[in-house]
Amino acid sequence: MIQARNLTKTFGPKVAVDGISFTLEKGEVLGFLGPNGAGKSTTMRMVTGYLPPTSGEILISNLNLATRPVAARRLIGYLPENAPSYSDMTVEGFLRFAANMRGLSGESAKRALGRAVELCFLQPVLHQGIETLSKGYRHRICFAQSIIHDPDILILDEPTDGLDPNQKHEVRSLIKSMGRTKAILFSTHILEEVEAACTRAVVIDRGRIVANGTPEDLKARSPEAGAITISTSKPMDSALAGLAGVRKTSQLENGRLRIYPVEKLSSAELVAGLLAAAQKAGVDVYDIRIEEGRLDDVFRSLTISDTKEVRP
Amino acid sequence: MNPALTIARRELAGYFQSPVAYVFLVIYLLLSGFFTFMVGGFFERGTSSLEAFFIWQPWLYLFLVPAVGMRLWSEERRMGTLELLLTMPVTPLQAILGKYLAAWLVIAAALALTFPLVLTVNYLGTPDNGVILAGYIGSLLLGGAYLSIACLTSATTRNQVVSFIVSVVVCLFLLLAGWPPVTDLLVQWADPAFVQLVSSLSVMTHFQSITKGVLDSRDVLYFASVIVFCLFTTGVILRTERAN
Ligand SMILES: Nc1ncnc2c1ncn2[C@@H]1O[C@H](COP(=O)(O)OP(=O)(O)O)[C@@H](O)[C@H]1O
Ligand SMILES: [Mg+2]
Repeated sequence: MIQARNLTKTFGPKVAVDGISFTLEKGEVLGFLGPNGAGKSTTMRMVTGYLPPTSGEILISNLNLATRPVAARRLIGYLPENAPSYSDMTVEGFLRFAANMRGLSGESAKRALGRAVELCFLQPVLHQGIETLSKGYRHRICFAQSIIHDPDILILDEPTDGLDPNQKHEVRSLIKSMGRTKAILFSTHILEEVEAACTRAVVIDRGRIVANGTPEDLKARSPEAGAITISTSKPMDSALAGLAGVRKTSQLENGRLRIYPVEKLSSAELVAGLLAAAQKAGVDVYDIRIEEGRLDDVFRSLTISDTKEVRP
Repeated sequence: MNPALTIARRELAGYFQSPVAYVFLVIYLLLSGFFTFMVGGFFERGTSSLEAFFIWQPWLYLFLVPAVGMRLWSEERRMGTLELLLTMPVTPLQAILGKYLAAWLVIAAALALTFPLVLTVNYLGTPDNGVILAGYIGSLLLGGAYLSIACLTSATTRNQVVSFIVSVVVCLFLLLAGWPPVTDLLVQWADPAFVQLVSSLSVMTHFQSITKGVLDSRDVLYFASVIVFCLFTTGVILRTERAN
Protein backbone atom coordinates (compact mmCIF):
# COMPACT_ATOMS: atom_id res chain seq x y z
CA MET A 1 0.00 0.00 0.00
CA ILE A 2 2.89 2.34 0.70
CA GLN A 3 6.16 2.28 -1.15
CA ALA A 4 8.69 4.89 -0.19
CA ARG A 5 11.92 5.04 -2.10
CA ASN A 6 14.99 6.95 -1.07
CA LEU A 7 13.18 9.73 0.75
CA THR A 8 15.34 12.68 1.63
CA LYS A 9 14.34 15.91 3.28
CA THR A 10 16.62 18.79 4.10
CA PHE A 11 15.76 21.94 6.02
CA GLY A 12 18.43 24.40 4.98
CA PRO A 13 21.70 22.74 5.94
CA LYS A 14 19.94 20.24 8.21
CA VAL A 15 19.36 16.77 6.79
CA ALA A 16 16.24 15.59 8.61
CA VAL A 17 15.62 12.47 6.53
CA ASP A 18 18.48 10.87 4.71
CA GLY A 19 17.55 8.21 2.15
CA ILE A 20 14.76 6.27 3.83
CA SER A 21 13.05 3.47 1.90
CA PHE A 22 10.35 1.18 3.18
CA THR A 23 7.19 -0.61 2.12
CA LEU A 24 4.00 -1.29 3.98
CA GLU A 25 1.35 -3.84 3.05
CA LYS A 26 -2.22 -4.42 4.11
CA GLY A 27 -2.39 -6.37 7.35
CA GLU A 28 0.85 -4.90 8.63
CA VAL A 29 1.44 -2.56 11.52
CA LEU A 30 4.79 -0.91 11.00
CA GLY A 31 6.32 0.92 13.94
CA PHE A 32 8.74 3.79 13.46
CA LEU A 33 11.00 3.74 16.44
CA GLY A 34 13.60 6.35 17.13
CA PRO A 35 14.77 9.06 19.50
CA ASN A 36 13.38 12.59 19.31
CA GLY A 37 14.64 14.38 16.26
CA ALA A 38 15.36 11.15 14.38
CA GLY A 39 13.16 12.16 11.46
CA LYS A 40 10.05 10.07 12.15
CA SER A 41 7.58 12.95 11.88
CA THR A 42 9.29 14.41 8.84
CA THR A 43 9.06 11.05 7.08
CA MET A 44 5.37 10.77 7.93
CA ARG A 45 4.71 14.31 6.74
CA MET A 46 6.21 13.36 3.40
CA VAL A 47 4.21 10.15 3.16
CA THR A 48 0.96 12.00 3.89
CA GLY A 49 1.76 14.58 1.24
CA TYR A 50 2.19 17.50 3.63
CA LEU A 51 5.89 18.03 2.99
CA PRO A 52 7.26 17.52 -0.50
CA PRO A 53 10.39 15.37 -0.30
CA THR A 54 13.67 16.97 -1.32
CA SER A 55 14.22 13.79 -3.32
CA GLY A 56 12.71 10.35 -3.53
CA GLU A 57 9.39 8.90 -4.52
CA ILE A 58 6.26 7.80 -2.70
CA LEU A 59 3.59 5.47 -4.08
CA ILE A 60 0.30 5.17 -2.22
CA SER A 61 -1.56 2.14 -3.50
CA ASN A 62 0.40 2.57 -6.75
CA LEU A 63 -0.60 6.23 -7.05
CA ASN A 64 2.36 8.54 -7.25
CA LEU A 65 1.91 11.06 -4.45
CA ALA A 66 3.67 13.77 -6.42
CA THR A 67 1.37 13.56 -9.42
CA ARG A 68 -1.91 12.26 -7.93
CA PRO A 69 -1.86 13.92 -4.50
CA VAL A 70 -5.60 14.23 -3.90
CA ALA A 71 -6.46 10.70 -5.02
CA ALA A 72 -3.62 9.31 -2.89
CA ARG A 73 -4.61 11.30 0.20
CA ARG A 74 -8.16 10.00 -0.02
CA LEU A 75 -6.82 6.58 0.98
CA ILE A 76 -4.96 7.85 4.01
CA GLY A 77 -6.07 8.74 7.52
CA TYR A 78 -3.53 10.85 9.37
CA LEU A 79 -3.00 11.75 12.99
CA PRO A 80 -0.33 14.45 13.00
CA GLU A 81 2.09 14.93 15.87
CA ASN A 82 0.46 16.82 18.78
CA ALA A 83 -3.01 15.92 17.46
CA PRO A 84 -4.18 19.30 16.18
CA SER A 85 -7.88 20.11 15.88
CA TYR A 86 -10.02 23.21 15.45
CA SER A 87 -10.41 24.19 19.07
CA ASP A 88 -13.26 26.62 18.37
CA MET A 89 -15.52 23.76 17.25
CA THR A 90 -17.45 21.16 19.18
CA VAL A 91 -16.30 17.57 18.97
CA GLU A 92 -19.30 16.69 16.85
CA GLY A 93 -18.84 19.71 14.58
CA PHE A 94 -15.21 18.90 14.04
CA LEU A 95 -15.82 15.25 13.24
CA ARG A 96 -18.68 16.14 10.92
CA PHE A 97 -16.35 18.55 9.14
CA ALA A 98 -13.75 15.78 8.79
CA ALA A 99 -16.41 13.42 7.43
CA ASN A 100 -17.63 16.00 4.93
CA MET A 101 -14.09 16.68 3.82
CA ARG A 102 -13.77 12.97 3.15
CA GLY A 103 -16.78 13.09 0.89
CA LEU A 104 -19.23 11.63 3.41
CA SER A 105 -22.55 13.38 3.91
CA GLY A 106 -26.01 12.78 5.29
CA GLU A 107 -26.61 9.27 6.57
CA SER A 108 -23.16 7.94 5.72
CA ALA A 109 -21.51 10.83 7.57
CA LYS A 110 -23.73 10.14 10.56
CA ARG A 111 -22.80 6.46 10.59
CA ALA A 112 -19.10 7.20 10.18
CA LEU A 113 -19.28 9.71 13.01
CA GLY A 114 -21.05 7.27 15.30
CA ARG A 115 -18.48 4.58 14.63
CA ALA A 116 -15.48 6.86 15.22
CA VAL A 117 -17.04 8.27 18.38
CA GLU A 118 -17.61 4.79 19.71
CA LEU A 119 -14.12 3.52 18.88
CA CYS A 120 -12.50 6.54 20.52
CA PHE A 121 -14.84 6.78 23.52
CA LEU A 122 -15.91 10.33 22.76
CA GLN A 123 -19.60 9.94 23.59
CA PRO A 124 -19.45 11.87 26.89
CA VAL A 125 -17.96 15.01 25.30
CA LEU A 126 -19.66 14.95 21.91
CA HIS A 127 -21.32 18.34 22.28
CA GLN A 128 -18.55 20.06 24.17
CA GLY A 129 -16.22 22.66 22.73
CA ILE A 130 -12.82 21.16 21.97
CA GLU A 131 -10.98 23.97 23.74
CA THR A 132 -12.57 22.94 27.05
CA LEU A 133 -11.26 19.38 26.85
CA SER A 134 -8.19 17.69 28.29
CA LYS A 135 -5.19 16.67 26.26
CA GLY A 136 -6.22 13.02 26.30
CA TYR A 137 -9.57 13.87 24.78
CA ARG A 138 -8.05 16.13 22.14
CA HIS A 139 -5.75 13.34 21.17
CA ARG A 140 -8.59 10.92 20.74
CA ILE A 141 -10.60 13.53 18.81
CA CYS A 142 -7.84 13.85 16.27
CA PHE A 143 -7.49 10.09 16.20
CA ALA A 144 -11.23 9.78 15.54
CA GLN A 145 -10.82 12.23 12.67
CA SER A 146 -8.14 10.01 11.15
CA ILE A 147 -10.32 6.90 11.09
CA ILE A 148 -13.62 8.55 10.23
CA HIS A 149 -13.56 7.48 6.58
CA ASP A 150 -12.33 3.97 7.43
CA PRO A 151 -9.17 4.46 5.37
CA ASP A 152 -7.05 1.63 4.02
CA ILE A 153 -3.93 3.36 5.25
CA LEU A 154 -3.50 4.89 8.68
CA ILE A 155 -0.55 7.06 9.57
CA LEU A 156 -0.32 7.87 13.25
CA ASP A 157 2.39 10.11 14.64
CA GLU A 158 2.83 9.22 18.30
CA PRO A 159 -0.76 8.08 18.76
CA THR A 160 -0.39 7.40 22.48
CA ASP A 161 1.40 10.59 23.38
CA GLY A 162 -0.32 12.39 26.25
CA LEU A 163 -2.66 9.54 27.13
CA ASP A 164 -2.92 7.89 30.54
CA PRO A 165 -1.90 4.22 30.87
CA ASN A 166 -5.44 2.92 30.39
CA GLN A 167 -5.99 5.01 27.31
CA LYS A 168 -2.58 3.98 25.97
CA HIS A 169 -3.63 0.39 26.34
CA GLU A 170 -6.93 1.03 24.55
CA VAL A 171 -5.26 2.80 21.65
CA ARG A 172 -2.67 0.04 21.27
CA SER A 173 -5.34 -2.65 21.13
CA LEU A 174 -7.26 -0.55 18.65
CA ILE A 175 -4.21 -0.20 16.43
CA LYS A 176 -3.52 -3.89 16.68
CA SER A 177 -7.06 -4.91 15.76
CA MET A 178 -7.37 -2.38 12.93
CA GLY A 179 -4.01 -3.55 11.65
CA ARG A 180 -5.52 -6.81 10.52
CA THR A 181 -7.47 -5.12 7.73
CA LYS A 182 -5.45 -1.96 7.12
CA ALA A 183 -1.91 -0.85 6.56
CA ILE A 184 -0.82 1.10 9.62
CA LEU A 185 2.29 3.16 10.11
CA PHE A 186 2.85 4.62 13.54
CA SER A 187 5.71 6.27 15.31
CA THR A 188 6.70 6.11 18.91
CA HIS A 189 9.65 6.39 21.20
CA ILE A 190 8.03 4.02 23.68
CA LEU A 191 9.49 0.58 23.28
CA GLU A 192 6.69 -1.48 24.82
CA GLU A 193 4.42 -0.01 22.21
CA VAL A 194 6.39 -1.66 19.45
CA GLU A 195 6.15 -5.02 21.17
CA ALA A 196 2.49 -4.54 21.96
CA ALA A 197 1.21 -3.47 18.56
CA CYS A 198 3.64 -3.89 15.68
CA THR A 199 4.12 -6.69 13.24
CA ARG A 200 7.31 -5.02 12.05
CA ALA A 201 9.48 -2.20 13.28
CA VAL A 202 11.94 0.16 11.73
CA VAL A 203 14.49 1.89 13.92
CA ILE A 204 15.36 5.36 12.67
CA ASP A 205 18.28 7.40 13.83
CA ARG A 206 19.49 10.72 12.47
CA GLY A 207 17.37 10.37 9.36
CA ARG A 208 18.44 6.84 8.45
CA ILE A 209 16.99 3.40 8.97
CA VAL A 210 19.38 1.52 11.24
CA ALA A 211 17.31 -1.62 11.75
CA ASN A 212 14.25 -3.23 10.21
CA GLY A 213 12.52 -6.39 11.35
CA THR A 214 9.89 -7.96 13.57
CA PRO A 215 10.07 -6.97 17.24
CA GLU A 216 11.50 -10.45 17.90
CA ASP A 217 14.22 -9.98 15.28
CA LEU A 218 15.18 -6.73 16.90
CA LYS A 219 15.19 -8.14 20.38
CA ALA A 220 17.43 -10.96 19.22
CA ARG A 221 20.06 -8.35 18.47
CA SER A 222 20.32 -7.52 22.14
CA PRO A 223 23.50 -8.71 23.87
CA GLU A 224 21.22 -10.30 26.46
CA ALA A 225 19.31 -12.31 23.89
CA GLY A 226 19.78 -16.06 24.40
CA ALA A 227 21.47 -15.67 27.78
CA ILE A 228 20.16 -17.83 30.61
CA THR A 229 19.14 -16.52 33.98
CA ILE A 230 19.11 -19.06 36.76
CA SER A 231 18.13 -18.86 40.38
CA THR A 232 19.39 -21.63 42.67
CA SER A 233 19.58 -22.73 46.31
CA LYS A 234 23.39 -22.59 46.43
CA PRO A 235 26.04 -20.87 44.33
CA MET A 236 26.53 -22.67 41.05
CA ASP A 237 30.33 -22.25 40.88
CA SER A 238 31.17 -25.92 41.45
CA ALA A 239 28.48 -27.11 39.05
CA LEU A 240 29.66 -24.76 36.33
CA ALA A 241 33.30 -25.74 36.70
CA GLY A 242 33.07 -28.76 34.44
CA LEU A 243 30.45 -27.42 32.01
CA ALA A 244 31.40 -26.69 28.43
CA GLY A 245 29.78 -24.01 26.30
CA VAL A 246 29.74 -21.17 28.82
CA ARG A 247 31.15 -18.00 27.34
CA LYS A 248 30.82 -15.84 30.42
CA THR A 249 28.72 -15.41 33.54
CA SER A 250 27.60 -12.43 35.48
CA GLN A 251 26.14 -12.25 38.96
CA LEU A 252 22.78 -10.43 39.24
CA GLU A 253 20.99 -9.26 42.38
CA ASN A 254 19.04 -11.73 44.58
CA GLY A 255 21.62 -14.43 43.96
CA ARG A 256 20.60 -14.90 40.35
CA LEU A 257 23.23 -15.75 37.81
CA ARG A 258 23.26 -14.92 34.11
CA ILE A 259 25.07 -17.33 31.86
CA TYR A 260 25.95 -16.58 28.25
CA PRO A 261 26.39 -19.52 25.89
CA VAL A 262 29.26 -19.67 23.41
CA GLU A 263 28.21 -18.79 19.93
CA LYS A 264 27.74 -22.23 18.43
CA LEU A 265 25.70 -23.58 21.34
CA SER A 266 21.95 -23.00 21.41
CA SER A 267 20.36 -21.70 24.58
CA ALA A 268 18.19 -24.78 24.93
CA GLU A 269 21.22 -27.08 24.86
CA LEU A 270 22.86 -24.99 27.54
CA VAL A 271 19.75 -25.15 29.69
CA ALA A 272 19.80 -28.94 29.49
CA GLY A 273 23.50 -28.99 30.36
CA LEU A 274 22.97 -26.61 33.26
CA LEU A 275 20.12 -28.61 34.73
CA ALA A 276 22.13 -31.82 34.54
CA ALA A 277 25.16 -30.16 36.12
CA ALA A 278 23.07 -28.65 38.89
CA GLN A 279 21.54 -31.98 39.70
CA LYS A 280 24.94 -33.66 39.82
CA ALA A 281 26.27 -30.96 42.18
CA GLY A 282 23.17 -31.20 44.40
CA VAL A 283 21.98 -27.66 43.68
CA ASP A 284 18.23 -27.04 43.59
CA VAL A 285 17.10 -24.91 40.65
CA TYR A 286 14.27 -22.56 41.61
CA ASP A 287 13.92 -20.77 38.30
CA ILE A 288 15.60 -20.89 34.94
CA ARG A 289 14.79 -19.02 31.78
CA ILE A 290 16.13 -17.91 28.44
CA GLU A 291 16.30 -14.15 27.93
CA GLU A 292 14.52 -12.83 24.84
CA GLY A 293 16.66 -9.76 24.82
CA ARG A 294 15.45 -6.31 25.61
CA LEU A 295 14.38 -3.81 23.02
CA ASP A 296 15.76 -0.88 24.95
CA ASP A 297 19.25 -2.35 24.89
CA VAL A 298 18.98 -2.69 21.14
CA PHE A 299 17.52 0.76 20.86
CA ARG A 300 20.32 2.30 22.86
CA SER A 301 23.02 0.48 20.99
CA LEU A 302 21.56 1.55 17.61
CA THR A 303 20.63 5.16 18.20
CA ILE A 304 22.10 8.35 19.51
CA SER A 305 19.63 10.59 21.25
CA ASP A 306 18.71 14.04 20.08
CA THR A 307 20.90 15.07 17.25
CA LYS A 308 21.92 18.64 17.69
CA GLU A 309 24.82 18.87 15.32
CA VAL A 310 24.32 19.89 11.72
CA ARG A 311 25.71 17.48 9.22
CA PRO A 312 26.76 18.63 5.77
CA MET B 1 -20.21 18.77 -1.52
CA ASN B 2 -17.13 20.38 -2.92
CA PRO B 3 -14.40 20.47 -0.24
CA ALA B 4 -13.96 24.22 -0.85
CA LEU B 5 -17.57 24.75 0.24
CA THR B 6 -17.11 22.47 3.25
CA ILE B 7 -14.14 24.58 4.26
CA ALA B 8 -16.07 27.80 3.65
CA ARG B 9 -18.94 26.58 5.81
CA ARG B 10 -16.61 25.61 8.64
CA GLU B 11 -14.86 28.94 8.42
CA LEU B 12 -18.10 30.87 8.39
CA ALA B 13 -19.35 28.94 11.42
CA GLY B 14 -16.05 29.82 13.08
CA TYR B 15 -16.66 33.52 12.49
CA PHE B 16 -20.15 33.43 13.92
CA GLN B 17 -19.33 31.14 16.84
CA SER B 18 -16.67 33.50 18.09
CA PRO B 19 -17.38 37.19 18.68
CA VAL B 20 -15.26 38.17 15.66
CA ALA B 21 -18.09 38.45 13.16
CA TYR B 22 -20.48 40.24 15.52
CA VAL B 23 -17.85 42.68 16.71
CA PHE B 24 -16.97 43.34 13.11
CA LEU B 25 -20.58 43.88 12.05
CA VAL B 26 -21.40 46.18 14.96
CA ILE B 27 -18.27 48.27 14.64
CA TYR B 28 -18.68 48.49 10.90
CA LEU B 29 -22.29 49.62 11.14
CA LEU B 30 -21.59 52.11 13.91
CA LEU B 31 -18.64 53.63 12.13
CA SER B 32 -20.44 53.68 8.80
CA GLY B 33 -23.32 55.53 10.43
CA PHE B 34 -21.03 57.92 12.22
CA PHE B 35 -19.01 58.81 9.14
CA THR B 36 -21.99 59.00 6.84
CA PHE B 37 -24.14 61.21 9.02
CA MET B 38 -21.72 63.10 11.24
CA VAL B 39 -18.59 63.53 9.15
CA GLY B 40 -19.93 62.95 5.67
CA GLY B 41 -22.84 65.34 6.09
CA PHE B 42 -25.44 63.01 4.62
CA PHE B 43 -28.31 65.41 5.19
CA GLU B 44 -26.41 68.65 4.58
CA ARG B 45 -25.42 67.53 1.10
CA GLY B 46 -28.96 68.03 -0.04
CA THR B 47 -28.56 65.47 -2.80
CA SER B 48 -30.25 62.14 -2.63
CA SER B 49 -27.31 59.76 -3.04
CA LEU B 50 -25.15 57.52 -0.89
CA GLU B 51 -21.95 59.37 -1.77
CA ALA B 52 -21.48 60.31 1.87
CA PHE B 53 -21.57 56.62 2.72
CA PHE B 54 -19.34 55.19 -0.01
CA ILE B 55 -16.68 57.84 0.30
CA TRP B 56 -15.64 56.42 3.66
CA GLN B 57 -15.61 52.76 2.71
CA PRO B 58 -11.92 52.57 1.70
CA TRP B 59 -10.91 54.01 5.08
CA LEU B 60 -13.23 51.86 7.15
CA TYR B 61 -12.21 48.71 5.33
CA LEU B 62 -8.58 49.60 5.83
CA PHE B 63 -8.83 48.37 9.43
CA LEU B 64 -11.90 46.20 9.43
CA VAL B 65 -11.12 43.92 6.53
CA PRO B 66 -7.63 42.96 7.76
CA ALA B 67 -9.27 42.26 11.13
CA VAL B 68 -11.54 39.75 9.40
CA GLY B 69 -8.79 38.23 7.29
CA MET B 70 -5.91 38.13 9.76
CA ARG B 71 -6.88 34.75 11.17
CA LEU B 72 -7.37 32.94 7.88
CA TRP B 73 -4.01 31.16 7.71
CA SER B 74 -2.10 32.36 10.74
CA GLU B 75 -4.59 30.63 13.01
CA GLU B 76 -4.24 27.39 11.06
CA ARG B 77 -0.51 27.65 11.37
CA ARG B 78 -0.60 28.47 15.07
CA MET B 79 -2.93 25.59 15.93
CA GLY B 80 -1.13 23.13 13.67
CA THR B 81 -4.36 22.41 11.80
CA LEU B 82 -2.73 23.44 8.53
CA GLU B 83 -1.12 20.01 8.46
CA LEU B 84 -4.49 18.40 9.03
CA LEU B 85 -6.25 20.50 6.40
CA LEU B 86 -3.65 20.07 3.68
CA THR B 87 -3.41 16.31 4.13
CA MET B 88 -7.13 15.95 3.51
CA PRO B 89 -8.19 15.33 -0.07
CA VAL B 90 -8.32 18.97 -1.16
CA THR B 91 -6.07 20.98 -3.40
CA PRO B 92 -4.45 24.03 -1.82
CA LEU B 93 -6.43 26.18 -4.25
CA GLN B 94 -9.71 24.77 -2.98
CA ALA B 95 -8.64 25.40 0.59
CA ILE B 96 -7.64 28.99 -0.20
CA LEU B 97 -10.84 29.71 -2.11
CA GLY B 98 -13.01 28.16 0.60
CA LYS B 99 -11.51 30.23 3.36
CA TYR B 100 -11.47 33.37 1.27
CA LEU B 101 -15.08 32.95 0.29
CA ALA B 102 -16.18 32.65 3.92
CA ALA B 103 -14.41 35.84 4.93
CA TRP B 104 -15.78 37.65 1.92
CA LEU B 105 -19.28 36.60 2.89
CA VAL B 106 -18.77 38.20 6.29
CA ILE B 107 -17.91 41.46 4.56
CA ALA B 108 -20.84 41.06 2.19
CA ALA B 109 -23.13 40.49 5.17
CA ALA B 110 -21.91 43.73 6.71
CA LEU B 111 -22.58 45.60 3.49
CA ALA B 112 -26.00 44.03 3.19
CA LEU B 113 -26.89 45.27 6.66
CA THR B 114 -26.52 48.87 5.48
CA PHE B 115 -29.73 48.46 3.44
CA PRO B 116 -31.64 50.94 5.68
CA LEU B 117 -29.50 53.65 4.07
CA VAL B 118 -30.83 52.69 0.66
CA LEU B 119 -34.38 52.75 1.97
CA THR B 120 -33.77 56.13 3.60
CA VAL B 121 -32.49 57.87 0.48
CA ASN B 122 -35.28 56.36 -1.55
CA TYR B 123 -37.79 57.61 1.01
CA LEU B 124 -36.31 61.10 1.17
CA GLY B 125 -35.81 61.62 -2.54
CA THR B 126 -35.30 59.97 -5.87
CA PRO B 127 -31.68 58.75 -6.03
CA ASP B 128 -30.09 57.04 -9.01
CA ASN B 129 -30.29 53.46 -7.74
CA GLY B 130 -27.94 52.35 -10.51
CA VAL B 131 -25.20 54.48 -8.98
CA ILE B 132 -26.00 53.04 -5.57
CA LEU B 133 -25.77 49.51 -6.92
CA ALA B 134 -22.44 50.34 -8.54
CA GLY B 135 -21.29 51.70 -5.17
CA TYR B 136 -22.17 48.43 -3.49
CA ILE B 137 -20.44 46.39 -6.17
CA GLY B 138 -17.39 48.63 -5.86
CA SER B 139 -17.39 48.17 -2.08
CA LEU B 140 -17.63 44.44 -2.43
CA LEU B 141 -14.71 44.41 -4.86
CA LEU B 142 -12.71 46.75 -2.66
CA GLY B 143 -13.37 44.56 0.38
CA GLY B 144 -12.43 41.52 -1.68
CA ALA B 145 -9.14 43.10 -2.73
CA TYR B 146 -8.20 44.09 0.82
CA LEU B 147 -9.21 40.65 1.99
CA SER B 148 -6.99 38.92 -0.54
CA ILE B 149 -4.09 40.99 0.79
CA ALA B 150 -4.95 39.99 4.36
CA CYS B 151 -5.17 36.37 3.21
CA LEU B 152 -1.70 36.62 1.72
CA THR B 153 -0.10 38.23 4.78
CA SER B 154 -1.76 35.76 7.12
CA ALA B 155 -0.15 32.91 5.21
CA THR B 156 3.28 34.30 6.03
CA THR B 157 3.00 34.22 9.82
CA ARG B 158 1.49 32.31 12.69
CA ASN B 159 0.91 35.57 14.53
CA GLN B 160 -2.45 37.22 13.85
CA VAL B 161 -1.30 40.63 15.08
CA VAL B 162 1.66 40.67 12.71
CA SER B 163 -0.64 39.53 9.93
CA PHE B 164 -3.06 42.38 10.73
CA ILE B 165 -0.43 45.11 10.87
CA VAL B 166 1.31 44.06 7.66
CA SER B 167 -1.93 43.88 5.73
CA VAL B 168 -3.06 47.30 7.01
CA VAL B 169 0.23 48.78 5.87
CA VAL B 170 -0.02 47.20 2.42
CA CYS B 171 -3.65 48.26 2.03
CA LEU B 172 -2.80 51.76 3.20
CA PHE B 173 -0.09 51.98 0.60
CA LEU B 174 -2.48 50.86 -2.15
CA LEU B 175 -4.98 53.39 -0.91
CA LEU B 176 -2.69 56.41 -0.59
CA ALA B 177 -1.06 55.86 -3.96
CA GLY B 178 -4.21 57.21 -5.57
CA TRP B 179 -5.58 59.47 -2.88
CA PRO B 180 -5.76 63.01 -4.34
CA PRO B 181 -3.93 64.77 -1.45
CA VAL B 182 -1.01 62.38 -1.92
CA THR B 183 -0.99 62.44 -5.71
CA ASP B 184 -1.19 66.24 -5.66
CA LEU B 185 1.90 66.26 -3.49
CA LEU B 186 3.69 63.74 -5.68
CA VAL B 187 3.17 65.73 -8.85
CA GLN B 188 5.36 68.49 -7.43
CA TRP B 189 8.39 66.18 -7.45
CA ALA B 190 7.79 63.44 -9.89
CA ASP B 191 7.02 63.07 -13.54
CA PRO B 192 3.22 63.31 -13.96
CA ALA B 193 3.26 60.17 -16.09
CA PHE B 194 4.87 58.35 -13.19
CA VAL B 195 2.29 59.70 -10.74
CA GLN B 196 -0.38 58.62 -13.17
CA LEU B 197 1.08 55.12 -13.24
CA VAL B 198 1.30 54.88 -9.46
CA SER B 199 -2.23 56.08 -8.97
CA SER B 200 -3.51 53.62 -11.53
CA LEU B 201 -2.23 50.93 -9.21
CA SER B 202 -4.25 52.34 -6.35
CA VAL B 203 -7.52 50.91 -5.12
CA MET B 204 -8.73 54.46 -4.56
CA THR B 205 -8.68 55.44 -8.22
CA HIS B 206 -10.64 52.39 -9.29
CA PHE B 207 -13.03 52.45 -6.38
CA GLN B 208 -13.92 56.09 -6.98
CA SER B 209 -14.48 55.51 -10.63
CA ILE B 210 -16.90 52.65 -9.90
CA THR B 211 -18.82 54.59 -7.26
CA LYS B 212 -19.42 57.36 -9.79
CA GLY B 213 -21.76 54.86 -11.38
CA VAL B 214 -19.72 53.60 -14.30
CA LEU B 215 -18.88 49.96 -13.99
CA ASP B 216 -15.88 50.10 -16.29
CA SER B 217 -14.41 46.71 -17.15
CA ARG B 218 -10.91 48.06 -16.48
CA ASP B 219 -11.81 48.81 -12.87
CA VAL B 220 -13.39 45.41 -12.40
CA LEU B 221 -10.37 43.84 -14.04
CA TYR B 222 -8.09 45.74 -11.67
CA PHE B 223 -9.80 44.37 -8.56
CA ALA B 224 -10.03 40.91 -10.07
CA SER B 225 -6.30 40.91 -10.81
CA VAL B 226 -5.40 42.06 -7.29
CA ILE B 227 -7.53 39.23 -5.87
CA VAL B 228 -6.21 36.58 -8.25
CA PHE B 229 -2.64 37.70 -7.73
CA CYS B 230 -2.89 37.67 -3.94
CA LEU B 231 -4.66 34.33 -3.73
CA PHE B 232 -2.22 32.79 -6.13
CA THR B 233 0.68 34.16 -4.11
CA THR B 234 -0.93 32.77 -0.97
CA GLY B 235 -0.74 29.36 -2.62
CA VAL B 236 2.89 29.90 -3.52
CA ILE B 237 3.70 30.94 0.04
CA LEU B 238 1.95 27.93 1.53
CA ARG B 239 3.85 25.68 -0.85
CA THR B 240 7.32 27.15 -0.44
CA GLU B 241 6.78 27.25 3.31
CA ARG B 242 6.48 23.47 3.25
CA ALA B 243 9.12 22.85 0.64
CA ASN B 244 11.44 25.10 2.67
N1 LIG C 1 10.21 22.68 9.65
C1 LIG C 1 11.45 22.37 10.06
N2 LIG C 1 12.45 23.26 9.90
C2 LIG C 1 13.71 22.95 10.29
N3 LIG C 1 14.08 21.79 10.86
C3 LIG C 1 13.13 20.87 11.07
C4 LIG C 1 11.76 21.11 10.68
N4 LIG C 1 11.05 20.01 10.99
C5 LIG C 1 11.91 19.13 11.56
N5 LIG C 1 13.15 19.64 11.61
C6 LIG C 1 14.35 18.96 12.12
O1 LIG C 1 14.43 17.70 11.54
C7 LIG C 1 14.83 16.73 12.47
C8 LIG C 1 13.83 15.60 12.51
O2 LIG C 1 12.64 16.05 13.14
P1 LIG C 1 11.37 15.14 13.33
O3 LIG C 1 11.05 14.50 12.05
O4 LIG C 1 10.32 15.99 13.94
O5 LIG C 1 11.88 14.07 14.38
P2 LIG C 1 11.06 13.03 15.24
O6 LIG C 1 9.63 13.08 14.85
O7 LIG C 1 11.70 11.72 14.96
O8 LIG C 1 11.24 13.43 16.67
C9 LIG C 1 14.98 17.44 13.80
O9 LIG C 1 16.34 17.67 14.02
C10 LIG C 1 14.25 18.71 13.61
O10 LIG C 1 14.85 19.74 14.33
MG1 LIG D 1 8.01 13.52 15.97
